[in-house]
Amino acid sequence: MLTPFFYTLREAGVPASVTEYLTLLEALQRGLANYSVNDFYFLARATLVKDEKHFDRFDKAFTHYFKGIEQSFEHLQQALPEDWLKLLAERHFTPEEMAQIEALGGWDKLMETLTQRLEEQKGRHEGGNKWIGTGGTSPFGHGGYNPEGIRIGGPGGKGKAVKVWERRDYRNLDDNVELGTRNIKVALRKLRRFAREGAADQFDIDSTISATARNAGLLDLKFQPERHNALKLLLFFDVGGSMESHVRVCEELFSAARGEFKHLEYFYFHNFIYESVWKNSRRRHGERTTLFDILRKYQPDYRVIFIGDASMSPYEIMQPGGSIEHWNEEAGAVWLQRLTQRFQRYAWLNPEPQDRWDYVQSIGIARQLLAERMYPLTLHGLDDAIRALKA
Amino acid sequence: MTSKFEGTERYVATEDLMMAVNAAVTLARPLLVKGEPGTGKTQLAEEIARSLDKPLYRWHVKSTTKAQHGLYEYDAVSRLRDSQLGDAKVHDIGNYIIPGRLWEAFRSERQAVLLIDEIDKADIEFPNDLLLELDRMEFYVHETREMIQATHRPIVIITSNNEKELPDAFLRRCFFHFIRFPDAETMTRIIGVHFPELKRELLAEALNAFYKLRDVPGLKKKPSTSELLDWLKLLLAEDIPPEALRTDDPRKSLPPLYGALLKNEQDVHLFEQLIFLQRRQSRQ
Repeated sequence: MLTPFFYTLREAGVPASVTEYLTLLEALQRGLANYSVNDFYFLARATLVKDEKHFDRFDKAFTHYFKGIEQSFEHLQQALPEDWLKLLAERHFTPEEMAQIEALGGWDKLMETLTQRLEEQKGRHEGGNKWIGTGGTSPFGHGGYNPEGIRIGGPGGKGKAVKVWERRDYRNLDDNVELGTRNIKVALRKLRRFAREGAADQFDIDSTISATARNAGLLDLKFQPERHNALKLLLFFDVGGSMESHVRVCEELFSAARGEFKHLEYFYFHNFIYESVWKNSRRRHGERTTLFDILRKYQPDYRVIFIGDASMSPYEIMQPGGSIEHWNEEAGAVWLQRLTQRFQRYAWLNPEPQDRWDYVQSIGIARQLLAERMYPLTLHGLDDAIRALKA
Repeated sequence: MTSKFEGTERYVATEDLMMAVNAAVTLARPLLVKGEPGTGKTQLAEEIARSLDKPLYRWHVKSTTKAQHGLYEYDAVSRLRDSQLGDAKVHDIGNYIIPGRLWEAFRSERQAVLLIDEIDKADIEFPNDLLLELDRMEFYVHETREMIQATHRPIVIITSNNEKELPDAFLRRCFFHFIRFPDAETMTRIIGVHFPELKRELLAEALNAFYKLRDVPGLKKKPSTSELLDWLKLLLAEDIPPEALRTDDPRKSLPPLYGALLKNEQDVHLFEQLIFLQRRQSRQ
């Protein structure tokens, strides 16, 4: 009887398995959640969802499936906690902003109108100047231009909306846009490849025992080299220009990578890879490393990660002389291909949100050159990139 | 169901936590608990053991821990030594098998609670190596050729700080609970449990200052429940009056005894800078 619910969850992207579904049924049979949707919700969540980043999807699917009996669980569909919003407002608004709110008849009026419109409106809405939706000039919605707007869901396009209000508690845990150094480290750790190299200076108890046994009980000490992460990594960072807004996340990625890998080399480039790159931004015009040197010096077992937004004019990739900084004899595409031929395992991380990629021509070109190994710079994207690097 | 876990006088359990624990107890399957550090993951196992009156076995996992350590270890070195000394003990290999925490929990006469603490600290393969043992609650000792089976399936509580992702096959066999950071209401209950004699004004002011501090953007380590409890203990010991914690005070100075809340000098520095900025703004 709950099978459709199970499929709703799977369609919503909650990776629940048959075993877990059977566990849920068993728990229900044992009377763990009788007569209460509340209990059933908690039980189903504990059984079917094994990662807090999927809680939000579960909540959504659950709400969707049980829509018919909405009244019985108001705890999922709470009304706007007005007092709480007010409290936030007092903390976040400057006096000028408070004055602007007065423009719409004060806070109470704003909240009242919002509630009213939430009720009036059915379905998604974009543009226009009244309904709650995206990109419009109505005070409600997101990405709009009204300074006293209330943002409802979604990313803030223009940074204008005053306060985000999210109904779903676990939303920020979903697919983690929040990339901290620590998260990145954990992701990078999957790239580790341990190997024993160098001087044998660690006592190897297992070999000692078996050697001693073979030696008729006379002690025969054995040593082995310490375990090190043997993975080698080359990083190429895009700096300057359109990358300015991604500096923080790049810094974090860099510091995390530095901590994780012993064999790590990094270079900077501007917009695209040409015949030379540099290591020190202050002396970038004097001290440059030619790409031929890199191709010669580093063995093909190095993994290569490019970090850049790949957003530029297509000429900068395809044409000789297309670089905005200098005259390049050969096109950037040629240089990138040389790199990808030498280093078979590579990935490009792009801090631009993935849904914008299709609108930028140069990203499309770069993806073609990289055999589609371009990944968004989110935890999920990093995981995919690492899988590509490991293969 | 014979007994139900409903929190204890020292531990406040939310509704969803109780459900997860009771499901795990009823179906005798492991419960995986995740959450911010300091939200009482480890304590949960202790409180379950206390409230259901069962013995508790703790297995703290470290980066070097192997799954085998939880089952048993074969002390080859002391056997080697004994053999060199001609000790008679050496003929029975059973003398050198040292049972691990899992074995002890299996062997317990009453149903036991087994805490596998911070499973994510160990190697990535660690959980996979325990699949069969936790599923069937039995394992085989190769040295003595005997099968160890649990007399009563223990209640297994596993905690994780999310440092490594756990394998799917492992997750499928567990119930899962994510301890959220408590909201103000739950927090008041938690504090009431720990400091019943705390004055109401002091509590209100302290909570206010605490949540404000957590809201400061960019903190490296947000103070957690356990840090709040420590701080309150200090405030009580020093007999700090509630007025000293007055809400607007962050403009003037750090909260008293802030060392209990901010554990990172960069955070203290950031906080001081914010205060400085605010003070300058308010002067203009």
